[in-house]
Amino acid sequence: MSDAVGSKPRDAAARPDSPVVAFRAVSIGFANPVLHDIGFKVAPGETRILLGPAGVGKSVLLKLANGLLRPDSGSIQLFGEEIADMSEESLFSLRTRTGMVFQESALFDSLTVRDNVGYQLIQERVADDQIERRVREALSFVGLEQTFDLLPGSLSGGMRRRVAIARALIHQPELLLYDSPTGGLDPVTSTTIIELIMKQRDVSRTPSILVTHRLQDAFMLCTHRFDSAAGHMVPLPDGQSDPGTTFLMLDQGRLIFDGSLHELVHSEDEFVREFLE
Amino acid sequence: MAIPLIEKTAKNLVFTVQDFSLFAYQAAINLFRPPVYWPEFLTQSDIIGVGSATIVVLSGFFTGGVLALQSASTLAQFGATAVTGRFVSFSMIKELGPVLAGIMVSGRNASSMASELGSMVVTEQIDAMRALGVDPMRRLVTPRLFASVAMLLFLTIVADAFGILGGAFVTIFMNGQNATQYFHQAYQYLRWPDILQGLVKPLFSGFIIASVGCFHGMRTTGGTEGVGRSTIQAVVWASILIIFVDFLLTQLLLTVFP
Repeated sequence: MSDAVGSKPRDAAARPDSPVVAFRAVSIGFANPVLHDIGFKVAPGETRILLGPAGVGKSVLLKLANGLLRPDSGSIQLFGEEIADMSEESLFSLRTRTGMVFQESALFDSLTVRDNVGYQLIQERVADDQIERRVREALSFVGLEQTFDLLPGSLSGGMRRRVAIARALIHQPELLLYDSPTGGLDPVTSTTIIELIMKQRDVSRTPSILVTHRLQDAFMLCTHRFDSAAGHMVPLPDGQSDPGTTFLMLDQGRLIFDGSLHELVHSEDEFVREFLE
Repeated sequence: MAIPLIEKTAKNLVFTVQDFSLFAYQAAINLFRPPVYWPEFLTQSDIIGVGSATIVVLSGFFTGGVLALQSASTLAQFGATAVTGRFVSFSMIKELGPVLAGIMVSGRNASSMASELGSMVVTEQIDAMRALGVDPMRRLVTPRLFASVAMLLFLTIVADAFGILGGAFVTIFMNGQNATQYFHQAYQYLRWPDILQGLVKPLFSGFIIASVGCFHGMRTTGGTEGVGRSTIQAVVWASILIIFVDFLLTQLLLTVFP
């Protein structure tokens, strides 16, 4: 795992074409309706970028995908299992197969970086030396080996986000969920984070859903690839985009776009055009 | 205008009671199903038990002292100052020790539980824990609940003991009475049902403190302002419930042990 944190193709390998995540007619509301009649799929190896203005329900959709929230109606399948009505107990084991990066990192304040990144392994009572090795590997993947013994409070926003990525990757997830991983970060740090996401996408082919309202991040993911030999991202030839990276767009609680970069930039939808401009 | 408001308030109250009951049941039942987080139980026992010892010792000592001062002046009118020890020990063991320890621990720990868990909710740490496949109820709430019950029992015994000592200090050094007479009176008339009454109450108070504190913490919404609101609600409701349940238990135990 020197280059990337690998993914374990468990059920996905048994049914290579079945979607990793499938939403069908999903609706949810709290005091007011938030999402209405949402339907889309994430295929193995696919990266879906979820765009939309702030407060439209992007984070809610992401939390629905691994059962942190329950829909009012509709069906959600995760790794082929229906999770809309699944008990919380059963969801815990299913969630260990996913990795999630939260908007504000959501690191445990009272634990060191080592214990944060290795949290899942500690809960599973993995041997200490193995935890140490795997945590160092995950931290090395995000370029933060030196933070091993530090508390999250002493890290910058960008470093916290990278530690959160390391925590999401350590268990070799079969699905990654990124909730605005570059939100509130400066452009240089944002690029570092996007490069890490790209590295995971291109080296391990881990399927993912990435929520963002920053178009530059979304386009960069589509128009670049990670060059393992060079150790950094490189642009794809002019006019080309990553075929496994596609877009979803939400507006007023509805999914108004589902397609490729080419389809997105040539969309006739008024809101899509306005959003892109 | 008033009817819909009453209806809404009543519904909210019923839903809150229902949610709280399910929450407390879930937290309690988790102790009997693995995984049980024993290290967390010990950590919480240290925070609640050892951490609250000082305030319980001080409040118990001074309450016993005040009881001795007040009772001695009243008992003197009947020429009965000799029974000050009996009065102080009965009051402390049956009533004041359990309630005092409950209220003091509630102020310190129900608030800290609500604010700690509330902060974790608003910073998505609870969601992160769930996303990592760990049940926050088992990991955070159940250990606090049982640590609180276990430690409040011991803290009540400490409050009782220091209350009697506080009464002794006032009676012997300020009122100039005989120490042997005080302790003899404090001990001689105590019956097992009196002690039992004093030791049953903290089990309920400990349960109330942790369940109310954690319940409000886990239901926090509205950012840092919401954390403050949850903390206040936790202390207020825990204190009220401790006194209310104390009233019910006293009535019940007096019926059982007249």
